[in-house]
Amino acid sequence: MAKALDAQARRGYALIAPPFLYALLILAAPLLTILTYSFLTDGYLEVVRDFTPANYVQVWTDPIVRTVMLRSLMVSALVTLVTVLLAFPVAYYVSFIVRPEKKALWLFLITIPFWTSYLIRVFLWKVILGYNGVINSSLTGLGIIDEPLTFILYNVNSIVITLAHAYAPFAILPIFVALEKIDRSLLEAGRDLGESRAMTFWRVTLPLAMPGVLAAVLIVFIPTIGDYVTPELIGGGKIPMIANLIQVQMLALDNRPLGSALAVTAMAIVALVSIVFLLINRRFLKARS
Amino acid sequence: MSGKGRGLQAYAALYLLFLYAPIILLPLFAFNSGTIIAFPLQGFTTNWFAQMWANATLRTALTNSLLIAVSAAILATCLGIFAARASTRFEFPGKGGMMGFILLPMVLPEIIIAMSLLVVLLGAGVQLSILTVIVGHVLICMPYAIAILSTAFSSLDKSLEEAAYDLGETRWSAFRLVTLPLVMPGIISSLLISFTISLDEFIIAFFLAGNQPTLPTYIFSQLRFPKQIPMIMALGTVLVALSIVLLTLGEYFRRRGNARMGGNPTGGFL
Repeated sequence: MAKALDAQARRGYALIAPPFLYALLILAAPLLTILTYSFLTDGYLEVVRDFTPANYVQVWTDPIVRTVMLRSLMVSALVTLVTVLLAFPVAYYVSFIVRPEKKALWLFLITIPFWTSYLIRVFLWKVILGYNGVINSSLTGLGIIDEPLTFILYNVNSIVITLAHAYAPFAILPIFVALEKIDRSLLEAGRDLGESRAMTFWRVTLPLAMPGVLAAVLIVFIPTIGDYVTPELIGGGKIPMIANLIQVQMLALDNRPLGSALAVTAMAIVALVSIVFLLINRRFLKARS
Repeated sequence: MSGKGRGLQAYAALYLLFLYAPIILLPLFAFNSGTIIAFPLQGFTTNWFAQMWANATLRTALTNSLLIAVSAAILATCLGIFAARASTRFEFPGKGGMMGFILLPMVLPEIIIAMSLLVVLLGAGVQLSILTVIVGHVLICMPYAIAILSTAFSSLDKSLEEAAYDLGETRWSAFRLVTLPLVMPGIISSLLISFTISLDEFIIAFFLAGNQPTLPTYIFSQLRFPKQIPMIMALGTVLVALSIVLLTLGEYFRRRGNARMGGNPTGGFL
């Protein structure tokens, strides 16, 4: 038996080797490189091999970096909140009310916009929300407003709307999967025991759906904090987020150590948030079993 | 039930409208003769499509993008087959960690992948070209390929392969004659999804392509010029139509694969 297991393990390793080595070479090596760079010193046109924590000191004390970092965190937290809150009722509708044979069609409809050109979608939100945009020109044309609305123009609000649109399917799918797993007889039991519909939702459905909600939170939060395109196109480059700052340091200012320190810090923050949510998720999973 | 159901249904319909708002606007502006992207619309024209067709840089960008997307899709799917087969068929110590690491690009901000890869490539003196973009795209397509292929491989009945061994087939011929045809729908769907992801990927292409244009980087460079925007809208319309066709094909193959395995036809791309 032990020998059979060995042979099986050997074949497993042989099979997983090509993709694993590829990831090691193309992902792990570059990540280790920027981790090393982040502790080195920037010289003229080169990186000097002097070990120093100065880059991290700068990342944590520089007011510009702090502003951009906090803005990135705030924007992605807001995007996550808006996206998940808007997505939950849709996932609930598809899981509980749509007839089973129609569910696949609904999921297909929800995912299609996600696969169409990201850049053009982002740009079209600028067209929709702009000063002479679709919303403002329609509202003034109908005589509802006299002046174009300015709170949706080229600012944090428009970045949030655009990103909430871009990551919608990411939020709906995990919540839908969690809702699908709920044993429907539990809900009936809740009703039979005299709970109102709202109370059954609050005390049975929602806790059971929590793992899906938390997965949705993570899946939306992680890519939005690193988004480069939306601040560039919608914010007109005037409200940079962390990705834009990393790019400027790495390329325009050619300060690779500081850029690396920024990237590593951003990754650390993302990892920290992820761990917190995974721990909360574990509590819900434990409660479920 | 009905009152609440109707409320939710109205909400879901509104939500779909929100999701589709940009895509509905796209053809409106692509066929609009006005040069400014705003309402009211002027008149009907197909000029922007003609202009798009005649654009030489755009053609180079398209050729580059197709080359990148086809190569990335094939390579990512091949590597994905190895990983999916390993994870669904064999048990070995450290499997979870290795698979987790291979799937990591799915949850890593793309800017970090692009920047770290760029720093290494520049440091190693590698000339940036569409080749370096392919290298990056294979990395980010691989997790999606694995997710799709794992579903296909895990619904495979192990006894079919064993029957083939008993009938005298070798390990490789059994894989080629029995396993491969059964997971073929999964492979096609993985190729299509990887192709679509690579074709639309901007960040890695933007930083790793050197001075070679790809479709998304070309679009990005043109969005700064108001004069070029109607043509970009025409291009977007074509791209949207194309991805809907590809996705429908992918979905068709995925469902056919599921039906062949006797699985249920629900679920999505992710």
